[in-house]
Amino acid sequence: MVPFGGFHMPVQYTGLTVSQSHTFTREHCSIFDVSHMVQRWFEGKGAISFLQRITPSDPAALQDNHSTLSCLLHADGSGGIVDDTIITRIKPDSFYVVTNAACRDKDNYYLDQELAKWNAEPDHEDLQVVQGQRPGWGLVALQGPGAEAVLAPLLEAGQDLKTVYFGQSFSTRLRLPGKQLGAEVLISRGGYTGEDGFEISIHPADTVPVTEALLASGGPDKVKLAGLGARDSLRLEAGMCLYGHDLDDTTTPVEAALSWIIPPSRRKPEAGFYGAEVIARQLVPKSKGGSGVTRRRVGLLVEGAPAREGAEIVDANDKTVSLGSVTSGCPSPTLGKNIAMGYIKDGFHKAGTQVAVLVRGRPRAAVVAKMPFVPSKYWKPT
Amino acid sequence: MASIARCIRSARPSGLAALAQSSVSRRVIARPFSVTATNAIRKYTKEHEWIDVAADKKTGVIGISDYAAKALGDVVFVELPELGKKFAAGDAIGAVESVKSAADINAPISCTISHVNLTLEEKPNAINQVPEDDSHGGGWICKVTVGEQGIKDLDNLMTPEAYDEFTATEGEEEH
Repeated sequence: MVPFGGFHMPVQYTGLTVSQSHTFTREHCSIFDVSHMVQRWFEGKGAISFLQRITPSDPAALQDNHSTLSCLLHADGSGGIVDDTIITRIKPDSFYVVTNAACRDKDNYYLDQELAKWNAEPDHEDLQVVQGQRPGWGLVALQGPGAEAVLAPLLEAGQDLKTVYFGQSFSTRLRLPGKQLGAEVLISRGGYTGEDGFEISIHPADTVPVTEALLASGGPDKVKLAGLGARDSLRLEAGMCLYGHDLDDTTTPVEAALSWIIPPSRRKPEAGFYGAEVIARQLVPKSKGGSGVTRRRVGLLVEGAPAREGAEIVDANDKTVSLGSVTSGCPSPTLGKNIAMGYIKDGFHKAGTQVAVLVRGRPRAAVVAKMPFVPSKYWKPT
Repeated sequence: MASIARCIRSARPSGLAALAQSSVSRRVIARPFSVTATNAIRKYTKEHEWIDVAADKKTGVIGISDYAAKALGDVVFVELPELGKKFAAGDAIGAVESVKSAADINAPISCTISHVNLTLEEKPNAINQVPEDDSHGGGWICKVTVGEQGIKDLDNLMTPEAYDEFTATEGEEEH
């Protein structure tokens, strides 16, 4: 057990090592208790406009029960990321927003301030927004190719998961052992492993029964509990960022290779979100009149020793020339290679570029690689 | 997910001791006395290395304990010490890496590296299978020559019995 975001959380469960649990997830499926994450709601006539101010996303373009990866941006206009988040539109003026546990206090302060500011603005009388959290609610991620088969038996007759695609959500009540139906849960197809899967938001009283029902549904050969260790190596293979490591208050979405979360309609200085001017300029390379960026998040394949957080990236021919540093890294159980992500000087960011990484002072050959390292297997319409 | 990742991907300079934070169910391990030379002295460090010093007190073998190997999980890479290099007690001489974390291997006593276990380059998981085995195919890390200082340093280390007690206490502190 390790302390994490104010919770005691397991790195691994008895019975499987981290790499065994990792492989089991990619072959079958695993349940991750991610109840430590912060589940928030924003509701009100101004909810869309409010989210359009604090994030580069366009919640107005989301259909009901659809979600998007996004980030909260600092109000100082620097383009720096407060936290990364998943935003789901539940109803036209109602959004479900999941943020990181490790950022709980910072996010609470930021969101309270921003919301107070928003609601106090004179022209926002008809655009008031309220926020809520559901402390104690469970959040369980069922991840892996077997996830659908494990979840399906808990659904009421007539519900079909085949028509719920990656990034879509629905509310329902699950069949639990011993009683007819549990309290309403919100099920979102997606997750943080690159696999098909579901994240289930559950009433506190039902979190344990739902988890037990999922375990019983698959049986020990098809579904197991997995801890933070496997979650970390799985998300790394999937090329996904971990706030506090791969993202911080100083990184912008463009530097973080997250430009794809900004829809085309919002890629302009007058888009109105915090940092829009800086971000719009960064989106255009220097050669084309923009500011570009000086560093970019890239993937790396490292020879020999695994490179981990803090390892320096240097020039392949001159190890005294620093090019950046690794922000996450581990041996990839799926690939049998050392994978890492980090920030590298602009110009060295193209896939195939040879560099070196210093691990325990010694240079190890490395090459810039495309992410995800392991192809994603989301359930998408064909 | 800041602090966990710091724990599970403990960056340098962390010793094997940092691994004691992870959730390892502890078992009592039968030590492989058969592979230890007669009259050899076996000692353990708080950082979970072991050393066998031969009866003539001139040579030794170093490895990591079964307890540490279990805490680390599947070892995928071993950074072997540099041949011929002299180290003082506590110096980092190499490292073991698993998916979960990286841990330095520290010199239990002052010594000079005379052999390294090249088997570990091909089969790093010998560390998981037989971490306290100093025979061919075993999970030992290196062989060393030992001088006067090294023999003195042995006094600061734990006997197998004391180490068993030490790891039992460490396990309890988790709960």
